[in-house]
Amino acid sequence: MPRVTELNVNGAARRVNASSERSLLSVLRDDLDLTGAKYGCGEGQCGACTVLLEGEAVRSCITPVSRAAGKRITTIEGLENDGRLHPLQEAFLETGAMQCGYCTPGMIMSGVSLLSKSAHPSESEIAHGMQGNVCRCGTYPRIVAAVRIAAKRRAS
Amino acid sequence: MTSELTRRDFLSALGGGVVVLCVVEAADAQESGRRARRGDAQPQEISAWLHIGEDGVVTAYTGKTEVGQNIRTSLSQAVAEELHVPVGSIRMLMADTDLVPYDMGTFGSRTTPTMAPQLRKAAAAAREALIDLAASQWNADRAAVQVWDGKITGTGRSAGLGELTHGQQLVRKIGPEVTLTPATEWKIAGQSIPKVDGRDLVTGKHRYSSDVQREGMLHGKVLRPVAYGAKLASFDDAGAKQIPGVTVVREGEFAAVAAPDAESAEKALSALKAQWKTEEGQPSDSQLFAYLKANAEAGEDRQAHGSIEQGMADAERKLSQSYTVAYIAHTPLEPRAAVAEWAGDKLTVWTGTQRPFGVREELAGAFGIPQERIRVIVPDTGSGYGGKHSGECAIEAARLAKFAGKPVKLVWTREEEFKWGYVRPAGVIEITSGVRNDGRITAWEFHNYNSGSSGAQITYDIPNHRIMFHPSKSPLKQGSYRGLAATANHFARESHMDEIAQSVNLDPLEFRLRNLKDERQRAVLMAAAEKFGWGKQKAAEGRGFGLAIGFEKGSYLAACAEVAVEGGRPKIVRVVESFECGAVVNPDHLRNQIEGSIVMAIGGALFEQIRFENGRMVNPRLSQYRVPRFSDIPLIEAVLVDRKDLPSAGAGETPIVGLAPAVANAIFQATGKRPRSLPMAV
Repeated sequence: MPRVTELNVNGAARRVNASSERSLLSVLRDDLDLTGAKYGCGEGQCGACTVLLEGEAVRSCITPVSRAAGKRITTIEGLENDGRLHPLQEAFLETGAMQCGYCTPGMIMSGVSLLSKSAHPSESEIAHGMQGNVCRCGTYPRIVAAVRIAAKRRAS
Repeated sequence: MTSELTRRDFLSALGGGVVVLCVVEAADAQESGRRARRGDAQPQEISAWLHIGEDGVVTAYTGKTEVGQNIRTSLSQAVAEELHVPVGSIRMLMADTDLVPYDMGTFGSRTTPTMAPQLRKAAAAAREALIDLAASQWNADRAAVQVWDGKITGTGRSAGLGELTHGQQLVRKIGPEVTLTPATEWKIAGQSIPKVDGRDLVTGKHRYSSDVQREGMLHGKVLRPVAYGAKLASFDDAGAKQIPGVTVVREGEFAAVAAPDAESAEKALSALKAQWKTEEGQPSDSQLFAYLKANAEAGEDRQAHGSIEQGMADAERKLSQSYTVAYIAHTPLEPRAAVAEWAGDKLTVWTGTQRPFGVREELAGAFGIPQERIRVIVPDTGSGYGGKHSGECAIEAARLAKFAGKPVKLVWTREEEFKWGYVRPAGVIEITSGVRNDGRITAWEFHNYNSGSSGAQITYDIPNHRIMFHPSKSPLKQGSYRGLAATANHFARESHMDEIAQSVNLDPLEFRLRNLKDERQRAVLMAAAEKFGWGKQKAAEGRGFGLAIGFEKGSYLAACAEVAVEGGRPKIVRVVESFECGAVVNPDHLRNQIEGSIVMAIGGALFEQIRFENGRMVNPRLSQYRVPRFSDIPLIEAVLVDRKDLPSAGAGETPIVGLAPAVANAIFQATGKRPRSLPMAV
């Protein structure tokens, strides 16, 4: 069985030794101890496991690790830059867009991906773009507000 | 702490500084302190404590758990308020059974009304103790010394909070006599303080139970029966055992595997060959409501006054209707998870539960060991909504860990969480009412079958009423839920109110006001109606307005909804909810709970429903069980009615109860068809 031996995670080459069909989520969490991405459903329906592959949001629970090999992987742990939070992380704090926080890393990664494709998303574009992420605590209105604030900040 | 001895051990471990123990009467301990047991002679119990170390660090100890309701922040505010220190200087040590006093659990919205005042008293007593110390060490008049912004000052001198004990430990016990700062004078409580651990959540640094790693830890998987009640008829683990590093456990009906990585554990699980003896002929969802009625007990009165016969005789119109609610699942985004580790005969379990001490008791029972040898640690958890009271996952992980001789992590799959947790009770509610043509209700008879009695009580002024709960036999394992039966009972009651209003041609708002004396209830109703603009305009074609009121767990609310029905499908457009829970502790977090409750309520109101047939759940996946998503969210406006003259009630649950009936009433106005079953859009 072919194995994946290296991943490019948050700007660094990381040694791994994983069979290629394993999920990217389990390799990130169990082998690299990057536990920010969460298991929520195992079928790509909740978005808690969202990470970026070449800047694009993917559901890491249904992404085989082989698909991520050789690509830039960004997890929630890699968003901070020199101790400074990403504008969307700041906006989540400002709007209080979380309760239990379990969906938060996936929400932020989906939001970052959305903002990279659409600089000024409308409320309905945000709702559409984030439809695959579930927050059971129901903080959706605040998450929409956070994405809008981050978009505005980036523009100014 | 289970004895004076361990309490003393703990106090000596704390070292120098000021310790304040909160003593509550045994009656209160039932709720918040240690549960009274046989042979338990202590009339008083320690419910919480506070320590100010010589390094000035303030630590508050409580058995309560953080599951997203923001009590880590609100309890910090409570302590900071009375101790006169910044919120950021307080460390909340929560839900670690070796380090915190016994607590029954985090449920029933009890943290704010019971734990917060206890911690506030501890903080106030600590402040007074520090003033005493300073006054005596400085030979100063007590009145000239004060604690402010984390400093003790007076007569030109100043000291940090930890600087006066000089290696000594000053222990104070406090009872109910301590005076607290009234809400009108709050400086820190009552403010929208951001979540104290927010940064750890947005950076992914916080470790939930499912993120805990231990040296040499294995990953577990449990073999589940094919149906409820199924027993293992044959079991062959030869294939699984061939996978390197795999341990297989079989103890009676418990069969599970552990492996060095999750992938091997999954392979081993699928390599187990099992045959099951099933129990056939179990009820299915299509027969559910008849089944619940057929198996109902005689039940008991939960609230009664006057004579129903007299009330019906006085009535000019009579109405009988039946309402139903389906089973729904909490679906916490973090499923049940536990990491168990044995060191000799001492067991430590990290697990997401709302009842750390309850889970410790379950573990003690499962392994036949004293509770003192078990430590349950609850990291702030990926939500619960009443769904994480039980310790199944903790026990399974501990069994595997014991057998394998290594720490084991067990994270339930989403499917396991749906199938093997427990669900919100389904129910049937029957209401018979009588009303005079002037809109005064004369009789109200209410029967809830199976789902529970919470929120069934009326704040309406009805001279003859009787409210009964009839427990029944539930085909599915059922348990607590956010607000529990209050959603069902509010849905039935407030739908029925609109049905009566229609029968006497009265506006739903006017009709309610004619039957309401309760001032707090009237105030929230008017607050919501005004904000919504009730009565100001007619709903557009295909749309309807609905309203509902509610009272539960010390809080009052009213909700108004606008719903558009297109192609038979309801879409909630706008919701206004007013909420009054006494003095508001944190306005922004209260708004967050109200908004979140409304969003969660949309699921149970419109589409969530556990489907099952013959002992098998039919839709145990997120792709089959629809939860609210971004596109379902209406414009939500929360109206806070802040009553600083009243004690604060918990607000994590009750805001959920108003949405379903307000939406049902709006759907009726839009379509002329009355929904009497939850969910409404299926």
